[in-house]
Amino acid sequence: MTPLDAIATRPVPQLLEEGGAGDQPPKPSTRGGGPLASAAKYARIFRIALIERMTYRGDFLFGTVLRFLPIVTTILLWRAIYEGSGQSELGGFQYREMVAYLLLTNISRMFSSMPGLAAGIAREVREGTLKRYLVQPLDLVGYLLASRIAHKVAYISMAFLPYAGLFYICRGYFDGFPDAPTLAAYALSLVLAFLVGFFFEATVGMVGFWFLEVTSILYIVMTLNYFISGHMLPIDLLPQPWAGILKVLPFQYMAYFPAVVFLGKVRGWDLVLHLALELFWVIAFMVLARTLYRTGLKRYSAFGG
Amino acid sequence: MSIIEVADLSKTYRVFQKKDGFVGALRGLYHREYKEVRAVERISFQIEEGEMVAFLGPNGAGKTTTLKMLSGLVYPTSGEARVLGYVPSERADPFRRQFALVMGQKNQLWWDLPAGDSFQLLREIYSIPRARFDKTLNELIDLLGVERLTRQAVRELSLGERMKMELIAALLHGPRLLLLDEPTIGLDVVAQAAIQKCLRDYHERRGVTMLLTSHYMRDVEALCRRVIVITQGTLVYDGPLKGIVERFGETKLLRLQFEDDAPEDLARFGEVVRREGRAADIRIDRGRVSEVLGALLNHYALADVSVVDPPLEEVIAKIFEEARLAHDAA
Repeated sequence: MTPLDAIATRPVPQLLEEGGAGDQPPKPSTRGGGPLASAAKYARIFRIALIERMTYRGDFLFGTVLRFLPIVTTILLWRAIYEGSGQSELGGFQYREMVAYLLLTNISRMFSSMPGLAAGIAREVREGTLKRYLVQPLDLVGYLLASRIAHKVAYISMAFLPYAGLFYICRGYFDGFPDAPTLAAYALSLVLAFLVGFFFEATVGMVGFWFLEVTSILYIVMTLNYFISGHMLPIDLLPQPWAGILKVLPFQYMAYFPAVVFLGKVRGWDLVLHLALELFWVIAFMVLARTLYRTGLKRYSAFGG
Repeated sequence: MSIIEVADLSKTYRVFQKKDGFVGALRGLYHREYKEVRAVERISFQIEEGEMVAFLGPNGAGKTTTLKMLSGLVYPTSGEARVLGYVPSERADPFRRQFALVMGQKNQLWWDLPAGDSFQLLREIYSIPRARFDKTLNELIDLLGVERLTRQAVRELSLGERMKMELIAALLHGPRLLLLDEPTIGLDVVAQAAIQKCLRDYHERRGVTMLLTSHYMRDVEALCRRVIVITQGTLVYDGPLKGIVERFGETKLLRLQFEDDAPEDLARFGEVVRREGRAADIRIDRGRVSEVLGALLNHYALADVSVVDPPLEEVIAKIFEEARLAHDAA
């Protein structure tokens, strides 16, 4: 008998036991542990987080529309750069491809950006609200992941129509739609981008156990990330060896990689290898975040919770 | 077996000493000075299933630290604690399913959602079967009289209402042990009484073990027969509430009713607290009751005499004050 089964069969306070149509003797199989029950738990957390997100509909829509403004100025800027340079191709990107790329990095970032995640973890540590995860049979990382997926689902479904409109208007910058295998790889790269983003920022948040305030660290990391993830411009524009280095680091998977997959610039074995490397970074940050969480908790509990 | 067993439990914190001013702050970047703070020192006690016990003590006495050690939030520096048969700091899931900790008011509820949604979340976290969950929830809503409030966003509730929701959230999974840290802090008298009544009723119905910290005498008087007094991290008293007066009350109050006007020379017997017409109150040391009474009866015509213990609150205030002075002196 597992410890959880032991709980299920322990005597429940009498008032719960007696009478009542719904009262059945507790069945160990339906209670407590098991991967299924655990999945149900985090699915419920997902659902509730989704409801919470939806309570801020107005804010949501407004934020989404505002995101389009920088895109327009970026497009104008690149047009000026191309005209000024007198070249039709920069780093292997033609002007049309460049605009398509920049539009696509916004999609990448829709999946990989994690606003408030690291700062939220640090705040829970600082303000002591972390204790609820310690007192309840709940895992902080699992909880954060479930609610973050909910936030993303809410956000992406709300932003779908405006984005579809934007891409329709900008369809001239694209050479039609990619084929099915490319689309599948693109979808996979986006899901992995979400996971890299999540575990990377969770790792940064865990630093909050040592430094109570992570805002400044976060600011540096995010500013740097804007550049080295390829969100600002394609990594290929950088001279070697920098471009090569950045292409094995985890950051490019948060913006650059999904975009170039969609544009069909990465194919065949190269594509498979990069997807594998992306998966590797997911696992690496997952392990790192967990390890920091465990050691951080030890420190937290020694200092007074 | 006792539900809580604590033996020689101690907790010492290392606190960073920040120097004053800018130069001090700079120096702190390179060279840190720490001070050891003994929050709890070698306390031992046992609590049986179904008991309702209060931790009483002034602010900073170590009540909350002890509670945190019992719920596994804080590792003890030395000594041993066993709660429900588990070592709390291991945070085993079966252990966490059997107790609840209520600490402050923004604990388990989602600020922007109605409490009802948070309850549903807790149902999943604790894997409570639906039928049992519905029954418990209805019972608790009934007990606390909060029918209409579960669909309102928590941030819109009053402090007292929020505390009630916190209590419901803590009790949904039917914990065997309930740890409460200052459950009525910041509440007005009416809300305080409501929370006390709820805790008392719930305890009566379920026989759940409760341990609460408070520096409000009223909470303790209303709820607990047994009191553990902690000052400066050490346990100074463990026993029935009334026993505190016997143990710590060094004086008694003589209430005298004379046949004629009260005489003026009563000060030779003890401290005259009150003298009005035929009535007078004198405070004397406990040991001198029979001696003083004898002398009074010899000298004066007394209509009525009663010997009264000092009010509990006064005695407690004195214990706290002495602990504070001892601390300041050290």
